[in-house]
Amino acid sequence: MADASSETIRSGEPIEMLLNMGPQHPSTHGVFRMVLWVDGEKIVDLEPHIGYLHRGSEKLCEGEQYHQVITLFDRMDYISNFNNELVYCQAVEKLMGLTVPERAEYVRVILCELNRIISHLLYVAAIGLDAGAMTPSLICFRARERVQTVFEAVSGARMMHNYFRVGGLKEDLPENFEDMIGELLPLLRDDVEESDKLLTFNEIFLARMKDVGTISADDALDYGLTGPCLRACGIDYDVRKAEPYSVYDRFDFDIPIGLDGDCWDRHYVRMQEMYESLRIIEQALAQMPSGPVTSSLGRRLIRPPRGDVYVRAENPRGEIGVYLVSDGTDKPYRVKVRPPSFCNLSALKHMVKGAWLADAVVILGSLDIVLGEVDR
Amino acid sequence: MTAAIPVLAIGLLDVMWIAIGLFVLFGALSFVVLSLTWLERKTLGRLQRRLGPTRTGPMGIIQPLADGLKLILKEDIVPSSSERAIFWSAPVLVIVPAFMIWVTIPASHDAVLRNLDLGLLYIVAFAVVGILGLVLAGWGSANKYGTLGGLRAAAQLISYEIPVIMVVISVAMLAGSLNMREIVAAQSAYPYALIQPLGLVIFFIAGLAEVGRTPFDIYFAESEIVGGPFVEYSGAHWSVFFLAEYINTFAIAALTVLLFLGGWSGPFLSENWVIVWFLLKVYAVILVIFWIRGTFPRLRIDQLMAFAWKVMVPLSFFTILITAIYKFYEWPAWSLTLMSAAGLLAVGYAIYRRMVGPAHRVAQVRARQKALREARLASTQSPGGTTNVV
Repeated sequence: MADASSETIRSGEPIEMLLNMGPQHPSTHGVFRMVLWVDGEKIVDLEPHIGYLHRGSEKLCEGEQYHQVITLFDRMDYISNFNNELVYCQAVEKLMGLTVPERAEYVRVILCELNRIISHLLYVAAIGLDAGAMTPSLICFRARERVQTVFEAVSGARMMHNYFRVGGLKEDLPENFEDMIGELLPLLRDDVEESDKLLTFNEIFLARMKDVGTISADDALDYGLTGPCLRACGIDYDVRKAEPYSVYDRFDFDIPIGLDGDCWDRHYVRMQEMYESLRIIEQALAQMPSGPVTSSLGRRLIRPPRGDVYVRAENPRGEIGVYLVSDGTDKPYRVKVRPPSFCNLSALKHMVKGAWLADAVVILGSLDIVLGEVDR
Repeated sequence: MTAAIPVLAIGLLDVMWIAIGLFVLFGALSFVVLSLTWLERKTLGRLQRRLGPTRTGPMGIIQPLADGLKLILKEDIVPSSSERAIFWSAPVLVIVPAFMIWVTIPASHDAVLRNLDLGLLYIVAFAVVGILGLVLAGWGSANKYGTLGGLRAAAQLISYEIPVIMVVISVAMLAGSLNMREIVAAQSAYPYALIQPLGLVIFFIAGLAEVGRTPFDIYFAESEIVGGPFVEYSGAHWSVFFLAEYINTFAIAALTVLLFLGGWSGPFLSENWVIVWFLLKVYAVILVIFWIRGTFPRLRIDQLMAFAWKVMVPLSFFTILITAIYKFYEWPAWSLTLMSAAGLLAVGYAIYRRMVGPAHRVAQVRARQKALREARLASTQSPGGTTNVV
């Protein structure tokens, strides 16, 4: 039911009906809330409400030691934990001038790319449900389960891994990792292909996604869109290529792009990215050296020198940035995160205005937000 | 309920027989609904590489009973702002027409409550009444999602009623009767699916829209309007809506079989057992409906309406036209098959053309991607990366 007291914005149009979507709505991907002004089935205006999942993560970081902060980063974008851990660890390493052992870098890349795949799989599951198809979601969740089993063997947890450390990893991979991932990758490729075939070129799915929620490349840049949402507009900007971090410059992979910047292009870009991630994983497995996985630092309490650092990386949802200020103690003075979901979400109003009610759900799904990261 | 049957000049004994017949019909339909819910969950489970219900009885066979019991025992919540009378009467308005349709749908020569001479007209007329219940359910629950859903239901069901009626008319023209038993008898040589395939396709698709099955489950789309007219209903009243939905699904499958697939006629079985053929065919159609549910996303309301008025309605008039030509000039049966198949192929080609469009786009995307990649490799010396704006 609509909340009549929400009178914060007024459009010039005559308001036919005020419709409240969320925070308890099946397709708002968590606790996001959209207040929609609808004229019949057409959306006249929209007001997004965020903050239902605000936990003060950035402030909490200031009260924790450097290694304890990793767990907080796990819980920001809780769909792509490894990627979040990676960017934080890289920030601290850059501040301290640490070099990470080769093997640790490769393990990080493999895990991050696996995480990118299962994050995109979750997106496919969600967009399928948003568009009304239930079968892709089950295929995707089955695939996610397989990957998460490997994650559990590696780190001890299916999500919230807390596996990366400043200067390397918590411990080396389990002995049977090669076998596990050798078994996993063909199955994973099958599942990705299956969901791709089921959804991407489906006639009804195309009708629902094509020319819906279109945003031009200029507008996308103005709104600060990153990740698949930006690449769907035809801009091949990927931090892994534009400013290679870790060992990403050693792999051969493409940056999938779209042309029109509509929902279907965003879907298509994510689908192709999964195949590219599989390529990266295969190359990384072939190149992976043996050796230590922790730096000379060991497990000592760390006190980075005074200073600040900004590090960015490519998350499944886009470019994540971490601004870290150290005052020389064992706890960070300030941690600021530039979350991709939040910036992508800001374009929602631009895309949804004038669309159909059913489109709002699909557009929100195609932005692929994670509220844990939006609200932090 | 019994007063709706046009058999008023009857004695007490007849009334008793009608009452018994209705009870039997209601029991049979309830059993069918239970079997359908179980079958749907199992079929969808297998389509999605999972098992479906397994815990309640062998292969989860008494799961529907457990579900029904749970729904009956649940608290019936009435929203305080709802229109009480409308809110309570809406489920009745939905279930009664769904049930009344079955009075004249035969399962074999004799397995029918009343074989009306205007059977098809009666069925089509009663099918429309259910819409009123959906609209009232949405309106009476004083919920905006419900209201939207009710209005969607009205728009959708009324639009798709037209192609259904038109196709039914073409079948009646072929058989020369509105009596279900005679329509089946007229198909003893060959089912009408063979000479009017276009009619079968239109009837099946419009039928899916009539009962709100995927891809036309727009008026209770869970991901958009969270259940539409049913959003405020709970417990037994909610289950009444779904009872009606499954009865309607079964009715559409049964009508598809009776009008196009030859009804209960089939080889091998003696006259007394032809109902087995009927049930086999109906459940086969039902499985197709479930299969579609496991495969397709949902259309949008404007696309649905456009499809109804721009594709289905003209095509259904086309079926009447070709049937009339066939009847008037007394051409051989295969001429109608040809005309009907030509219409079907034309539509199929139009849809195929729309699907090819994005494939061309993909080729364009790939080319652009390649160009950008080469440009990036050429300028790889510049650290920090460049962004290429289209």
